[in-house]
Amino acid sequence: MLLVRCPWCGPRDEIEFRYGGQAGLTYPADPEALTDDEWADYLFMRDNPKGPFRERWFHTAGCRRWFNAVRDTATHRFVATYRLDEEPPP
Amino acid sequence: MTGRRLPDGGSRLDRSRPIAFTFDGRELTGFEGDTLASALLANGVDVVCRSPILGRPRGIVSAGVEESSAFVVVSEPWFEPIVAATMVNLVDGLTASGRAGVGVLPADPPRTKPSMHRHAHVEVLVVGSGDGWLAAAEEAVRRGDRVLLVEREPWLAGGAPDGLTILTNATALGLYDDGYAIVHERGPERDTLWHVRAGRVILATGAHERPIAFADDDRPGVMLAGAVARYVREFGVLPGERAVIFTTNDSTHEVSETLTDAGAEIPFVADVREGWAVTGIEGDTHVEAVHVVGPGGERRTVEADLLAVSGGWNPTAQLSRAIGGGLRYDEALATYVPDGTGPDWLEVVGTAAGDGLPRSAPYWYTPADDLSMHFVDLQRDQTVQDVLDAVGGGLRSVEHVKRATYIGTAIDQGRTSGVLTAEIVNAALGWELGAQGPTNARPPFVPVPFSVLAGMDRGRTLLDPKRTTPVHEAHVERGAVFENVGQWLRPRYFPEGGEDLERAVARECLAVRTATGALDASTLGKIEVVGPDAAVFLDRMYTNRMSNLSVGSIRYGFMLGLDGMVFDDGVAMRLAEDRYLVTTTTGGAAAVLDRFEEWLQTEWPDLRVSCTSVTEQWAVVAVGGPGARDVVTDLGTDVDLAVEAFPWMTWREGTITGVPCRVCRVSFHGELSYELHVSSWHGRHVWDAVVRAGAVPYGTEAMHVLRAEKGYVIVGQETDGTVTPDDLGMGWIVNPSKGDFVGKRSLVRADTLRNDRKQLVALLPSDPTALPVEGAQLVGSAELPEPPVPMLGHVTSSYRSPILERTFALAMLKDGRAMHGATVWAASGGETIACEVTGPVVYDPEDGRRDG
Repeated sequence: MLLVRCPWCGPRDEIEFRYGGQAGLTYPADPEALTDDEWADYLFMRDNPKGPFRERWFHTAGCRRWFNAVRDTATHRFVATYRLDEEPPP
Repeated sequence: MTGRRLPDGGSRLDRSRPIAFTFDGRELTGFEGDTLASALLANGVDVVCRSPILGRPRGIVSAGVEESSAFVVVSEPWFEPIVAATMVNLVDGLTASGRAGVGVLPADPPRTKPSMHRHAHVEVLVVGSGDGWLAAAEEAVRRGDRVLLVEREPWLAGGAPDGLTILTNATALGLYDDGYAIVHERGPERDTLWHVRAGRVILATGAHERPIAFADDDRPGVMLAGAVARYVREFGVLPGERAVIFTTNDSTHEVSETLTDAGAEIPFVADVREGWAVTGIEGDTHVEAVHVVGPGGERRTVEADLLAVSGGWNPTAQLSRAIGGGLRYDEALATYVPDGTGPDWLEVVGTAAGDGLPRSAPYWYTPADDLSMHFVDLQRDQTVQDVLDAVGGGLRSVEHVKRATYIGTAIDQGRTSGVLTAEIVNAALGWELGAQGPTNARPPFVPVPFSVLAGMDRGRTLLDPKRTTPVHEAHVERGAVFENVGQWLRPRYFPEGGEDLERAVARECLAVRTATGALDASTLGKIEVVGPDAAVFLDRMYTNRMSNLSVGSIRYGFMLGLDGMVFDDGVAMRLAEDRYLVTTTTGGAAAVLDRFEEWLQTEWPDLRVSCTSVTEQWAVVAVGGPGARDVVTDLGTDVDLAVEAFPWMTWREGTITGVPCRVCRVSFHGELSYELHVSSWHGRHVWDAVVRAGAVPYGTEAMHVLRAEKGYVIVGQETDGTVTPDDLGMGWIVNPSKGDFVGKRSLVRADTLRNDRKQLVALLPSDPTALPVEGAQLVGSAELPEPPVPMLGHVTSSYRSPILERTFALAMLKDGRAMHGATVWAASGGETIACEVTGPVVYDPEDGRRDG
């Protein structure tokens, strides 16, 4: 059970959260301008690094706010969590 | 064996409190403080159970959690299907008998101990009061930390500093990420499963003694040496009068002294460091003599009733290992010790870290021509020969040997057999000592009953939250048969006069088609979407335009996933310029709200919109059928119900039977219908009035038949995450001219434009009484060809239609719209049912009934 630091509520048990996949994927401004391949890339293709990974979390059973995190997929440890309007740590 | 209680001694015992218990039908006594194992030894019971595969007699080997031999089933005062005798605290009336292999549940549910879950948050969790714990705990207490100590035994061996919280009879089952621990506390009347979140975890779990394998090493009377000393000191029990000691290390000196002080003889010490070894045992059900061999090959037989064995000590580091702590081989100790790696919040101290353990010779088993009775894992009846056979069969990894032999998979989890097996494998492969360590350990550290994991979340009331509508009691009083829809309890049908499901549903359906029915639709998900940008937002979420809906109107819409597949459906009512009420499927309400919030927060934070779930604030009574207008009129209302004043897909505000109400002209069955939305507080009042006015209550089963007759889909029944609006024949609901909405781009992907996609159709069986099975595959011939059979589609809904007096089904069929008039066969269980393919609306396709 991970201890997840919600930027708004502080450290809470993982069961209060929902995982939201890779962070930093912005919905295209004009999806219809994209080719099928470009759209499929946005829709289906995700990074799968071993090491630090930027991902989204949702505090479902708490403040119900989305936030971002950097988590090391090799150690399962959070490097940082930050609000949507904050830049990711370097 | 001649185990007996000593006249005095036993630091754990309260000799003023005798305890009566029953074992294998014999009435015996022990003392407060005994375990079942110590009490059996005190009563001279040597054979506790028979081994599971070979049926060999087995006795008590250890004094703790590492027990690999003596297992029992406990029937009183609480049921435990199988447990080590060393782990059972003696209580009055305890009834147990030997049990080998696996536990068996009785036919009648046995009495299990009540249990509950609790949570604790501490700066420091100390697991075990093995040596090294005290210094760490004292320092933390001095700092002002909250410190929790969990100890498996009923008491602490020494004192504890003030300001410490102590749980005894409590075993840490596992350590998890970020200092999370699950602890099982066994109380006399109740068990507690603790969820502990700790800033730091200190593991002071001590070490377990390791046996040595030799012929007939499983005989009752062969015990771990340290356990023999503990029985004398802590329980005042002398396990034998004449003890041979077989050792690789100096820890047995103290055992010899303890035994001698208690009046036992030590006729021989076979120390492998001096070239001596035990080669075998005399005696069938207990030790009568011990065969030894010396450095020059000289052989002797020593009369004895006890053999105390020490093959060295293994740190108890399984909890650390399971969370990523590493091990290294220590040559001096001839075992594996924690290597300092692992989570930064975890510290292993004392003998659990290998500190202070005695040096040991690396000696695993006594060589012999026949190794088939050199038991390595007693509970699995596996020997040195079995390990060598596995290696001979080509296995090299201990993990593979474990899976081939099952060594280490029994209740003791390889605590005594793990290092032994690893070094037998290493030696057999010609590898050096420590080349590969024991198999990994996983939680739980000791077995835990499912009843403890369940805690109070059991029984009909507590297993899962149960949601009921404000009208629920009326349904109960009417004798409704309920079904679970998500967590909601909904009436499935209302049997009258002994009706079965089919007859009740037929009556309820005909009431709606020919008179008036009433449905409790309060479970509909309801979300208020409010704000200056609410209209823009809903345009982006739904396939059709919601921004041009006038106040007072209603529109049905689909929400799609980004992949273009149908995600949920419902209607949007415009309450005001900046305010909509959207309904969702009963099961989809939470997911839809999540999705609204996700898009608003992560993609469109500029939109000024807020979303609030109001599902439980509103009760909804749907009054439908040709007589619906008369029934609502009879209730007394100031709403003008005339078709011209109150057309299809609009809503009006007013009062009904004296209470404020939103009346909606929507219908899920094609008949004239008024949905009455009232405050939850008034739900029962309105329902009762509607039924009194003559509407026939109907349940979800009739609702399903009625909607299917009209070809109305249910998201999750006709759809399965691979279905687009066009597949459902509902391309009209997609408004491509209004700008972007979620999923729009995917509707023109090559895959979504394929013309052989499955499309919604209705099926009319040639035999009007034949009912296809929901989920049945559709095939192209009455006789099934040899597999693989080409699959054309599948049945999604299948019912008997009372109004059509025949069966019908909805199905997803490849290129189905081009196949109207064709015949397909619904296949199930080797039988096929011939069906004509038609458009999905089998009743009133021209929508002639909805205005009454």
